[in-house]
Amino acid sequence: MNGSVDLRIGIDVGGTNTDAVILDRNDLVLAKFKTRTTPDLSTGISKALESVLSQIPESKHRVTHVILGTTHATNAILQRRDLLKVATIRIGAPASVSIPPLLDWPKDLRKTISSGEIIVSGGSELTGEALAPFGKDGLTKFIDSVANVAQSVAITGIYSPVNAEHEFEAAEIVQKMLGEIPISLSSGIGGLGLLERENACVLNAALIGVSRKVVDGFSEALTKNGINSLKYLTQNNGTLMSLDSVLKYPVLTIGSGPSNSMRGAGHLTKVSNAIVADVGGTSTDIGVLINAFPRESTTPVDIGGVRTNFRMPDLVSIAVGGGSILRKTGSDITVGPDSVGYQLPDEAIVMGGKTPTLSDAAVVKKRMTMGNAKLAIPIKDFLSRALEISDNRVWEATDQIKTSRVDVPLIVVGGGSVILPDSIEGISEILRPDNYEVANAIGAAMASVSGQIDKVFKLGGRKREELIEEAKSAARDQAISEGADPAAVEIIEVDEVPMAYLTEPVVRIRVKASGPLGFV
Amino acid sequence: MKSTSLRLIDKEELISLSIGCTILAGGGGGDPRVGLMMGLNAISKNGPVKVIELGDLNDDDLIIPGGMIGAPTVMIEKIPNGSEPIIIRQMLEKYLNKKASAMMPIEMGGLNGVLPVAWASINDLPIVDGDLMGRAFPELQMCTPHLYGIPAWPGVVVDERSQAILFEPLDNVWFEKLARNAVSTLGGCACAGLYPLTAKAASVPVIRGTISAAYRIGAAIRAPSIDPLLALNNEIELYRLITGKVIDVERNTAGGFVRGSAIVEGIENDHGRLVRIEFQNENLVVLEDGEPLATVPDIITLLDRHTAMGIVTEHIRYGQRVVVGVFKSPTQWRSDAGLAVVGPRAFGYEIDYVPVEERHERVS
Repeated sequence: MNGSVDLRIGIDVGGTNTDAVILDRNDLVLAKFKTRTTPDLSTGISKALESVLSQIPESKHRVTHVILGTTHATNAILQRRDLLKVATIRIGAPASVSIPPLLDWPKDLRKTISSGEIIVSGGSELTGEALAPFGKDGLTKFIDSVANVAQSVAITGIYSPVNAEHEFEAAEIVQKMLGEIPISLSSGIGGLGLLERENACVLNAALIGVSRKVVDGFSEALTKNGINSLKYLTQNNGTLMSLDSVLKYPVLTIGSGPSNSMRGAGHLTKVSNAIVADVGGTSTDIGVLINAFPRESTTPVDIGGVRTNFRMPDLVSIAVGGGSILRKTGSDITVGPDSVGYQLPDEAIVMGGKTPTLSDAAVVKKRMTMGNAKLAIPIKDFLSRALEISDNRVWEATDQIKTSRVDVPLIVVGGGSVILPDSIEGISEILRPDNYEVANAIGAAMASVSGQIDKVFKLGGRKREELIEEAKSAARDQAISEGADPAAVEIIEVDEVPMAYLTEPVVRIRVKASGPLGFV
Repeated sequence: MKSTSLRLIDKEELISLSIGCTILAGGGGGDPRVGLMMGLNAISKNGPVKVIELGDLNDDDLIIPGGMIGAPTVMIEKIPNGSEPIIIRQMLEKYLNKKASAMMPIEMGGLNGVLPVAWASINDLPIVDGDLMGRAFPELQMCTPHLYGIPAWPGVVVDERSQAILFEPLDNVWFEKLARNAVSTLGGCACAGLYPLTAKAASVPVIRGTISAAYRIGAAIRAPSIDPLLALNNEIELYRLITGKVIDVERNTAGGFVRGSAIVEGIENDHGRLVRIEFQNENLVVLEDGEPLATVPDIITLLDRHTAMGIVTEHIRYGQRVVVGVFKSPTQWRSDAGLAVVGPRAFGYEIDYVPVEERHERVS
C-alpha cells in the first residue's frame, strides 16, 4: 500500500461559483479554493484545480480521484441551449396510443428538441411477456424519415423496467441504419410510469451533447494540470457516475447540486441523520439526510416544465438568504424574496449602504459581525422583527420536512448560514461545521458509488423475502460494477409496493446499495 | 342549496374534475393523471364534451356506464389504446339492438371519474352528470343499481389489443369474480362497460350531479386562496377528524387488494392525539383508542394539510402533513340494503355504521 497516493479532489461548478477542495484518505480538507464560474467550463475548473494543487507540495501524482458536480445540464434545459434534436420512439402499440409522446411539453422546448415521434408495436406486460410483436417495419420507415434531422434517439418501451428486450432490438436497428448516433434507452433511466420515464429518456437524449461538453471540458482541465486519476461526476442521489455513464445518462446529474451540499454537510459533521439547511444569498434549501443520503421526493418532479420520475432530493426552498431585502409594507414587514446578492458589501446598512438586509438584522442581533453595527441601531426594532419572521420561516420549513416526531439535529452550511438562529423548536442541536462554505465541493469529493434496482416481481410460489434478497444482490452487483469497494457495499434502502387488483401476487421492489470508492 | 351544474367539459374543467376526483375517491381509484391526459388529448381533437342531466334524455335512451377495472398502478405504464370505448359501445349496441345516447362514469373517484369523459369524447356522445357509486369502491357489485336488483350485465371488458369479452354471469358477484380473473389474464387492467341502463331504469339508482360536484370541488381547491381547506369546506361538507402527521404506513397484498393502515399523530390543536386509518384500496375506517371515528360508506380522504389535495392510498408516506377529512356518503349507501354491500361489516368490521354528522361537529 502506498500511503502517499491518497488525495481526492472535489469540484463544484455552480451558476456563479466554481469551488474545489482536496481531501485526504481520512477525508480531511487539506485545501480549498473558490472562484467565479467562467462561461467556458474548462477554464474555470482549471483555475480552481491549479490553486488547490499549489497549496499542497507534490500533490499531482498523489491524486487518485477527481469528482465533479455541476448544474450545467439543468441550466441547458432551463435555457434551452446546446440541446440535440431527438427522434422519439415509443414501443407499446396497440397500447398507449391514446396519449402520444411529449403531449404536455412546453411548446418551445418541444420545438427545440423534437425531430419527430412514433409509437411502434411491442413492449412488455408486467409479467415480462410480450405485449405485442415488435413492430420492426414501422420503426424502419420512421428512422428513414428522420435520418437527416435527428441527432439523438430516445427509445421507451412499455414495462421496459420489467423486460427491455424490445428496447434493445430497436436500438440495434437504429444503430444499423444511422451508425454512430447516440441512443438513450428508458430502461436505464427511470422506474415505472410510462410517460414520466419517456420524458426523462427524451431529455436525456437531448442532453447528450451537453454531457460531452462537460466531460471534455473536465478532462481537458485535468490534462492541462497533469492529473491522470480516475474521474467521476455526481448524480441526483449524491453518488458517483463514471464519465461513460454520464455520456449515456446525463439526465441523472440534474439534481446533484443539493445532493452534494447535503452529503458534504453530513460528512463535515459526521452526522448521518439530520436536517440540512444550505443558506445562500437569496434562498435557503432545506432537505433531509437519512443514513447519510438525501431523502428523495416521492412525487414526480418537473424539470423545465416537463414531468419526470427522476430520483431527486426532497427539498423545501424558502426566501431566506444573507442578502434578502427587508421592507416595511404598511404595518407589516416583508423578508425577500429578492436579494441584494453580490452587492451585499456595498448595499447593506452596516456597510454604509442603503438597503436593509437579513445580514444587517443578524449583525444587530449579534449573530455575526460585519461592517459597523452602530449604523443599524436607528432601525433596530424593524430589523429584530424581520429576523423573527425569518426565524419563523426556517422553523416552519424544518418542521415541515421532518420525518419523525423526535427532535433531530440541523446542519447549517452555505455562505449565508450565520444569519440562522442558535436554537429552533424541534431541533435537538444546530451544527455549524468548519469549511461550511465549500460543502458542495466536499460533498462531491465524498460521493459514494451506488446501484439501484426498481423492478416488478411475480411471486410465483416464491417467498417475498427471497425476491427481496434477489433485488438486494442485483443492486449490490451494480454498485460494485460502478467501482464501489466490494467489502464495504451496504444496502441503504428497501421499498416495497404491492400491486392491487391482481389475482396473482406481484410486488414492486426498489433497493438501493451504496459503498465508498474502492482504493486503487 | 342546488349549485350550478356543469354543461360543458373543456380542458380547464377536466383538470378541476380530476382534482375533485381525488377528494371523492376516499383514497382509492388511483392517480387520475392518465385519464386526464387521455381526456385532454381527446378534447383537443374532438372539442369539449357535453354534460347532460338524466332528465335531458328520453325514457328509453340507452346510457353506457364505464370505467377501467384492475390495477390503476398498471395503467400508468400500460396506457389504453383509445379505441376501447368504441368497441364497448358497439358491442353493447349490437347486443341490446339499440344505439347509445350517452356515457356515464361507474364511479366518481380517482382515475375512473375522469376516464369516461375521454370515452364520451371519443364516442362523440354526451356524458350524464352522475355515477353509480358517488365515490370510489373496489368491487363491481358495489354500484347503486345492484341495490335494486339491476344486473351489471351485459357487460363488456376490452383490452388495448381490442380483445373483447362479453359477460353473461349468474349474478353481479359472479361478474366481479369472472371479470377480475379476465383482467388479470389481460395484463392487470382493462376497460369495461357495465350496467347498461335506459334513462328510465337509471332514474332511481343513479347518483345525480356528481360530475358537477367533483368539478366544483376541484375548482374550489385550485382557485388561489389563503386556506384551500376552507375553500373545500365551503364547497362540500367537510368533517375534519384530525390534523396531523403520518407517522407510520403499512401496506400488504391480500386477495388482490392493497390492505394496510396509516397512523396519523395530531399536530396544532390536535397535539397528543393518535388516529389509525385502515384501508383496502379505499380508506375503510378511522379509529382512535380502538373506537371508530368514521367508517365506510362515508368518504374518508387524507387531504394535504396545505393544498387540500386528496392523497391516494399508494401515495401516503411517512411525514406527510394531512387533515383526515370525512364527507357524507351518498344517501343510497346509508340504507340497510346499501350498508349490507358497502357498510363496515361488508369489509369484515364488527362495527355499526354511524353517519359522520351524528358523531362529529363541523368545524370550519
